Amino acid sequence: MPERKPTLQTFLLIGLFVVLALLALFPFYCLALASLKPSKELLRYGLNIKLQPELLSLHNYSFIFSEGSAKYMGWYKNSAIVTIVYTVFCLLLSSMVGYGLAMYRFVGRNVLFVFVLLVMMIPVEMIMLPLYKQMIAFNLIDSYGGVILPFVVSPLPIFFFRQFAAGLPRDFLDAGRIDGCSEYGIFFKIFVPLMAPAFGAMAIVQSLASWNSFVWPLIVLNSGTKLTLPIGLASLVTPYGNNYDILIAGSVLAIVPIMAVFVFFQRYFVSGLTVGGVKG
Amino acid sequence: MRSNWLYSQRIAPYVFVLPFVLSLAVFFLYPMVSTLLMSFQEVLPGQTHFVGWSNYKSMADDASFYAALWNSTRYTFWTLLVLIPVPLVLAVLLNSARMKWSSLFRSALFVPTLTSVVVAGIVFRLVFGSLDDSVMNQFRHLLGFQTINWMGHSATGMVVLVVLATWRFAGINIVYFLSALQTIPGELYESAEIDGANTWHKFKSITLPLLKPVAIYVITISIYGGYSMFTESFMLWNGNRSPNDIGLTMIGLLYRNGVEQNNLGLGSAIGVALLGTTMILNLIALQFFGLFKKEE
Repeated sequence: MPERKPTLQTFLLIGLFVVLALLALFPFYCLALASLKPSKELLRYGLNIKLQPELLSLHNYSFIFSEGSAKYMGWYKNSAIVTIVYTVFCLLLSSMVGYGLAMYRFVGRNVLFVFVLLVMMIPVEMIMLPLYKQMIAFNLIDSYGGVILPFVVSPLPIFFFRQFAAGLPRDFLDAGRIDGCSEYGIFFKIFVPLMAPAFGAMAIVQSLASWNSFVWPLIVLNSGTKLTLPIGLASLVTPYGNNYDILIAGSVLAIVPIMAVFVFFQRYFVSGLTVGGVKG
Repeated sequence: MRSNWLYSQRIAPYVFVLPFVLSLAVFFLYPMVSTLLMSFQEVLPGQTHFVGWSNYKSMADDASFYAALWNSTRYTFWTLLVLIPVPLVLAVLLNSARMKWSSLFRSALFVPTLTSVVVAGIVFRLVFGSLDDSVMNQFRHLLGFQTINWMGHSATGMVVLVVLATWRFAGINIVYFLSALQTIPGELYESAEIDGANTWHKFKSITLPLLKPVAIYVITISIYGGYSMFTESFMLWNGNRSPNDIGLTMIGLLYRNGVEQNNLGLGSAIGVALLGTTMILNLIALQFFGLFKKEE
């Protein structure tokens, strides 16, 4: 199709989206600005949108890396551990299930698939009480096992892997069998490499979900040293004044890894996060 | 040849799906049944017993329940009203042939989706702070209004919640609609143009009907998401306590009774009521949209 000449409509559209993009990015500007201002200033006067260059310094950042805020670094480390362990097991188990649902015809397959869709729809918050009771019964309160275990086999990646595997040729399965590969060997040696793009998308989406997750870790974890980053940050917000020095700079550091990954792997984000809306 | 039965082609699929079957049974079906049972019980260590409808009665006698139901319903209503039509129109505009740099704008609008509610809450507390210098109060001064305590009133608190939701979810909803728009074949529009259709006709007769499946999906997750909102309110009102319960949501009420006060029976009754409400609303929504005939 020949390129259309820019028209008035094009300029108006671009103008509209420039404004919207600035609005979307404005809170990030506010966060960055606040992280450079002294916490006393924020407590007393609120966040002034003006730059006020005489107030800006990197003091909050040097404080967060100092001995005085060792607990923050502890939360950061906890979140990193939980995110990595969760993502590795989630991908392994969910890809198996998704592959099984896509490649084999067996009794109960359709029922299971309906349950995948059902569990995907119902928010965790709605079943958190009985799950909480379950964790008490399993003695998993205040442990990372309790944070990870209930959600490690997750319906969204199962659905995603199933859709992806269903698009792969079944000939590979037959070829593997003729070569004497076991059913599991076929999965690990032939199909896992073929599903690499799906693993990429789900690695990003699931680690994002785990890094940001709040409600369930809030319920399961209760000792201060075990908190993950979002709960740790939330614990700094109190009615009696906020620890703004750690809170704001800590929030910036919490979103830095996400933004870095987003810049490099943008299309995985989009394909992975929109999975539910695309009919397959 | 493997002799082990675990390796047979008949058994292998069940081994593959076993993790889901176990997880479904232990972490979904059992909790569902147990929450239903607990809602009719007084749950005490060692002496749990059935108490009939009394949990539901104390739920219905509690003014907080109506505050929470009202807040969650209002929030869901406003998020549906804003977060379906606006992203739909923006996606159509981004997808139009006259638009330039679409993917750049899409990315900019998508970035807020990546931030956690906790960080988003911390930023919005600053932006909508109650002090004279707080960003939105400065903005009000520009327009000639006075400083207000945003989180101190029910109506302005709801505004902040809906703005926060719009900021975080508009981008992902745009991406949902965009991915559906990109599957619509261009020939449909070309043949409509030959038949003399204008932009509005094309939008109404081609775009909207073909976006229906994804719109239904977005509506469904928005209803569930709206009624399960909790963290936003938790962050904006310093934990689960807001003046006169103006920020209390259904999940906040469930958390308060079930976790903070350890009354699992009452908490479960609230959970069952919530699940029932959202399911009925979703069925109504599906029925409502199912009634629209495709105009083809």
